[in-house]
Amino acid sequence: MNRPELVCPAGTPAMLRAAADAGADAIYCGFQNATNARNFAGLNFTPNQLQDAVAYAHARGAKVLLAINSFATAGRYDLWQKAADCGAACGVDAFIVADIGVAAYIAERHAGRRLHLSVQAAASSPEAINFYCREFGVRRAVLPRILTLAEIHQLKTEIDCEIETFIFGNHGLMVEGRCSLTNYAVGISTNMDGACSPASEVHYDRNTAGVVTARLGSHVIDRFAPTEQAGYPTICKGRYCTSPRDEPYYAFEEPISLNLMEMLPALIGAGVDALKIEGRQRSRAYVSSVVTSFRRAIDAVVAGRKPELVDLVALTEGQKQTQGAFATKKWR
Amino acid sequence: MLPTPSLAARHRRRPQWPHVPAVLLAPLQPLLQRIVRKVAREQPALFARLGPHGRSRFLIDARDLPFILLLQPDPVHPRLRALSRAAAVDCDTHISGSCRELVTMVDGRQDGDSLFFSRDLLITGNLEAAVCLRNALDDIDGSIMQHVCVALGKPGKMLWSWFCSREPLRGSECAAA
Repeated sequence: MNRPELVCPAGTPAMLRAAADAGADAIYCGFQNATNARNFAGLNFTPNQLQDAVAYAHARGAKVLLAINSFATAGRYDLWQKAADCGAACGVDAFIVADIGVAAYIAERHAGRRLHLSVQAAASSPEAINFYCREFGVRRAVLPRILTLAEIHQLKTEIDCEIETFIFGNHGLMVEGRCSLTNYAVGISTNMDGACSPASEVHYDRNTAGVVTARLGSHVIDRFAPTEQAGYPTICKGRYCTSPRDEPYYAFEEPISLNLMEMLPALIGAGVDALKIEGRQRSRAYVSSVVTSFRRAIDAVVAGRKPELVDLVALTEGQKQTQGAFATKKWR
Repeated sequence: MLPTPSLAARHRRRPQWPHVPAVLLAPLQPLLQRIVRKVAREQPALFARLGPHGRSRFLIDARDLPFILLLQPDPVHPRLRALSRAAAVDCDTHISGSCRELVTMVDGRQDGDSLFFSRDLLITGNLEAAVCLRNALDDIDGSIMQHVCVALGKPGKMLWSWFCSREPLRGSECAAA
């Protein structure tokens, strides 16, 4: 049985150290600008921090993957080029990209460096993935969270690169890299500015009855009764009043997290090369807990033992978890 | 991660505090000021993550304390003051949760998003400022509480021992103190 890489998130240098110490094989991170899809306030790395982080990770046998996975826009393409050059100078092991211009630039200027195809590219067919492999030398594709295990198994036999799948965190059912909901609401693009529901546009108000109203820009996207769990303030996970329903409901998707711990033996058996934990915007506590749990579980599966299933529901969005489309297309 | 009681149970046990006059809080002020100055002096990198919010006013409302705290993480003149719950406070961001949850989050042992999902943490006002503060504090290795307590001498070490007695998961950090 192959031993897949455990790929873990880091939004800060301390998170990266926590991930490396907890047993991550690879850690992904981004710079403090629009070149990555978690361009959130107070998050991410400066070039100097990245350089130190690479040294820390390498000393512990872990790789560092640099996410340059937003889409470069006309007039500021140099920002993405500089991010790639800087990442190469810092010694990152691979770049995670979505934009074909960025992929072409790295393939040409930093030919020895691995290229991974971001989930932001939303490539889910053998034809699409093989195009990236052929044209840019992509070595690994991060699959959208819309494929069943059987489809992943089949895909593995039809593509020319490694497969990485998400195993924990954001459920992410939107066609990633194509979602314009935040842009529509507040004029900031998830895909080109790297910020989905930026905190500067999110507001919570609590009334005297304890009901909390969540707004993105001027749009009310949810209301939580005092005893209801909450989710991220994103439009896709809001509740809306739409005909013919009388009550507000989750019109797009529910606040719920993906958790594939029980499915690890099947995923590894299907030949998945890397298993990814989502959550650069979270914390050291999240990374330590989730990475430690999955490290033990993966090691157990690879050693032929039954993995201990750790309860991670306290860390999930909305305090709910699912196997999503990996188990069935009828997950809802 | 620390075990968490059910949502309904947590809502049942929110205390209603009597008014604490400012004069009773006066002995706390120099201690709080010493704490915030020490953190600012030893962790200058956190101000870079705060960005434009270094001069924001954060009202920290630990629901199970009889007073509230007002934090201004100014890089030059940081301030942390205890205020009466009856005080009219002008703030940019209001952060509320239980004392234990706020402390463990600041200390990097609780995930802030999880506390928000479970409704144990509520932030109103400028959310971006709160997110920057959370990220800045989370980028500090080790336990801020431990550093602060140890620096306060014998009373601080006693306080740290008390924290440790209430947090059995702390383990090695307690031994190191």
